[in-house]
Order: sequence, then C-alpha cells, then structure tokens
Amino acid sequence: MTTTDVDPEAARLRALVLPDRVHGSVYTDAEIYARELERIWYSTWVYVGHASEVPEPNDYVRKTIGPQQVVMTRDKTGAIHVLHNRCSHRGNLVCDADRGNAGSFRCPYHGWTFANTGDLLGFPFNQGYGGSAARAQLPGLGAAPRVESYRGFVFASLAADGPTLIEHLGAAAERLDRLCRLSPEGEVELTAGWVKHEVTANWKMLVENETDGYHPQFVHSSIFSISGSGIGALYSDKSTAVTRALGGGHTENDLSPEFRRLGVPMGWAGTPESKIPDYVAAMRASYGSDTADEIMINGSPHVMIFPNLFVAEIQLFQIQPLAVDRTVQHVTAIQFKGAPDLNRRLVTQCVGSVGPAGMLLADDAEMYERNQRGVAQRQPEWLDLTRGLHRERLDDDGHTIGTATDETSMRAMWRHYLELMETERSGARPSEEP
Amino acid sequence: MTAALDIDVREAEQFLYREARLADAFALEEWEALWTDDAVYHVPVDPDADPRTHMSIVFDNRGRIATRIKQLQTGRRHSQRPPSRLCRSVTNVELLGADGGDTLVGSVVQILESRDRGTTWWVGRVTHRLRRVEGELRMAAKTVVLVDSDRSLPTMSFLV
Repeated sequence: MTTTDVDPEAARLRALVLPDRVHGSVYTDAEIYARELERIWYSTWVYVGHASEVPEPNDYVRKTIGPQQVVMTRDKTGAIHVLHNRCSHRGNLVCDADRGNAGSFRCPYHGWTFANTGDLLGFPFNQGYGGSAARAQLPGLGAAPRVESYRGFVFASLAADGPTLIEHLGAAAERLDRLCRLSPEGEVELTAGWVKHEVTANWKMLVENETDGYHPQFVHSSIFSISGSGIGALYSDKSTAVTRALGGGHTENDLSPEFRRLGVPMGWAGTPESKIPDYVAAMRASYGSDTADEIMINGSPHVMIFPNLFVAEIQLFQIQPLAVDRTVQHVTAIQFKGAPDLNRRLVTQCVGSVGPAGMLLADDAEMYERNQRGVAQRQPEWLDLTRGLHRERLDDDGHTIGTATDETSMRAMWRHYLELMETERSGARPSEEP
Repeated sequence: MTAALDIDVREAEQFLYREARLADAFALEEWEALWTDDAVYHVPVDPDADPRTHMSIVFDNRGRIATRIKQLQTGRRHSQRPPSRLCRSVTNVELLGADGGDTLVGSVVQILESRDRGTTWWVGRVTHRLRRVEGELRMAAKTVVLVDSDRSLPTMSFLV
C-alpha cells in the first residue's frame, strides 16, 4: 500500500531521487535518515551474522542492525534468535561480552534473567510482583519477529510482515550459492574475526561504491600500478565484465566473463593451483574435475545484497549506519570449509586490502568522506547517475545490465530505495490507516 | 629478563625515537631501511589471535612493507593525500628480554594525527624486536597493540 496522497515526505523524496540523478541532501538530511531507519533498516531483511559464528548450542555473538545492538543466539535446540540487547525491566544492556556460550543472560542492574530465546526466566524478590507466576505477564527480551537464514547467512527483519527471505534475496541467492560452491564442502565459515572501519559518511555512499566499477582504476591506481594486480583491467572500458541489477536493490559486478577468458582455475584469486594443492584436490574430489575446474575458473561473486551485505570475492563486509554521516564497515576474510591452505592465503590477502590501513579500502574510505564533505556544498545540488544509461540492456534472465564501468547498479539501488521509502510501513503510522 | 648483551636501554630509546621521527616525517626510505630482511610489522585486532588465521589491521612481511612504502611514494595513495600531520611521543621504554640474538623492547606510543576530517588520538603498546645487523640496530618485528584495536577505527594509513 502506498500513501502517495497523504505522505508529504514521500512526495519530497520522489523529487530528490530521480532515475538519472539524486539530490545531495539524501546523504545529509537527518529526517531522511530517520525515515531510512524505519522503512529500510527496521523493516526489510537485514544481514545480521553467519551461523558459523554461533556453531554450538548456547553460543552467542553480539551483532548490529544499523544502530541497534542485538545478540544473535543459538538456543539449546539449535534455533537461531536475534534479540535486542535491552533488559525488559529498566532498559539496561543485558549482554556485555562480544561472544560466548550461555543459556541465559542476567541483567547486572536488578538481576532479571532471560533465556537465550529471549524468554523471561526470573526476577529477584518476586513477591514484589506477586510471585513467580507474574513471569507470564512480564515481557521478555525484544526479539526480531522474523529470523531466517540462507546457506548459513542469517538475516532478520524487525517487521512482523513482509516478503520472505528467499523472495527478498531473489537472484542474489544464487550468488551466495556461487560463493558456497567454492568450498569443497559447500559451506563458508566466518571464523577469522572482524576489522571495524568507521567512516564519516552516509551509508549509501558505501553501498553505491561497492559495485561501482568506474572508480577502481582511479581510486586504486596507486596499488594497481606497483603490485602488478590485474584487478584494474577488470574495470576498464575493454572489460567484458558486466554490472548487473539483480532486483530488490541487489547489484553485482559480474567479473566471471573475464575470469572465464583467463580460463585458469583460481586465476580470479591470483593464486596458482600449485600453491594450494590440497584445496584443488579436495574440490576435484567433491565435484569431479570438470565441474570443480569450472567453479574455480568462474570464481567468487562481487555482490551487494541490499542494504548491508557485501561479498567482494574473498571478503565479506557488513555495513552499519550509526548516524546520517557515520557508518561502520565490518569486514572479515571469507573462509571456505574444508580448505585450510586456501583460507590462510585469503586471510593474508584480505588483511592487506581492507580496513583502516588496507591498501584498497583506506582509499575507498577517503572517497566516501570526501564525498560526504562535498555533498554538503550547495552547488550543483545533484549527483549524476547517467553513466551508461544509453547502453543499458536486458540479459537472458531479464536483469538490467551495463558494462563493467556503468552506473546501472546505482540506478537500480535508488529505484528500490525509493520504493521502500515511499511505501507505508504496515503499522508504522496507524493514524494514517484509512 | 635481560636484554641481549649488547643493547642498553639508552640505545634502544634512541632507536625508537628515531623510528618515530622518521615515521612522523614520512621519511619513507630511511624508515624502510630500519627493517631487517625477515621483518614482520603487525597491528593486531586481537593480540592473542593467530595472525595467520585471524584478521589484523596490519600484518606485513618484508615484501608487503615495501609495497606499503611504494604505494605511499606513488603520490596517489588518496588516504594520505595530503599526508597526515603527525606527532608522536614514545614513552615507558622497557627492556623486556632477549630472544635468540634479538632484544625485545616495550614502549607506549601516543600519536596525534591531524587531517581534514579532524584529529585522531592513537595510543598503543608497542613491542620492538631489535637486532644488530652489521653494527647497526634494525627492527626484526614491530607490534602495535592499539588500546581500541577491536573497536571501530577511522582510516589509519600512515605508518603507525
């Protein structure tokens, strides 16, 4: 349901987000940011964590949904919950440790205890509530009403209703399949820990940059020019790679045409087979030689799953807005189950590239921050999104594609963004319901 | 614990101060020359984690130290264009002991970094592994454990 007639902010947004340009204020306006939290971050499916971060019953790990602090728990039956880190009594944080194993959480303030399912277990001196039976009336921890996972990737929605996770992921789900196929056991694990990189920029600057194939040659020329990296060529005018809108605001730089042209197993990772013999052998044993080689030639996806999960071949980023101009990028090296020799190389490679001192990401971060300062300037007000508009086309699957350096991905992101932002969130403003 | 026989705390301090001054001034070639051929430059997230299997902020072998320096020298390392204005103090210098022929030296570093985005105060405990090579002190390893290494950090693309 849309409330286009009654919602002046939706009308204002439609004037700021156009098919070929966006207004600078969408990155700086605190009211727009507040609406984004409600319509996007607290409504749609948001990536929270990976099942491998809570492998055992009663494991928990602290995570975030934008500015919201949550705890992802695995209960004793194996089910995963996403709980708000807030005592139902006086609002205290109930979980301090970043991770651990516990069947329950005890609030330090007045000793209320909660199961890792969120249920209230007990409250000291219970006669003050008329006895322990009051437990049935008193609230437990707030819990994300919907938690689903796909291939171990756990998403939560803070809205009770909406599309299912698989509907939300759409074609992006196959990109996670492609990633998992690179494991001889068909699974990825996020066990390498996290680097957290904070930038003074709006979160959408990051989302747009993740699949912007136009910037690498410029932003990263310093490292490409001295390291002999082939990455720059993937994002050139001559590249056969494509930028693709996957629907739902999800986008990718599909580099696999270039990887296939190279035709070398693990060529996409810059790692010759001879360096990772155990991995290559395990892949061929699992999938058969031909399929294994095809998987290892095609490589890993470069996909931005709206609004906060970015898989960039060997590393995974989780985007967390903290304020209209503050964003944290959490990053880890992807680890493939059953591939210890490859995994060590991936950690080394990832550490060199990402984070506050990373040879790639430090310079991306500099661009986000310069952009954020730039859009605060008054003229010319708009950011241009026209690159490649004239040469966009549909692929065989009906997805819009552009060349490697086209802004197809940004335009698609903004279309979806506007759709979410102008749609009334069910129950959010009951006074406006007819 | 004792230091390797031929280094006293004054000489160690002089080395640390010089290293700090060269890093602040982006005297890149001179700073790079302080490293041994088998050097390891490490800024961990979790100092207790194995850096071969866990994320670090920096984990450079000698080759990657050279790459980091070359990247700065291109003049296109955007996060250092213009370079950060830096002033660091090195304190609490302590000889932690000897390991093989190397001396382990502990210290505390406080760095004020000024950039367009604002100023950042970086503080950490540092361990240098010093070795005498052809009569000159060199660093075989430097580990910087930032106070807030596992929290969100802004860009830190200078030489910490």
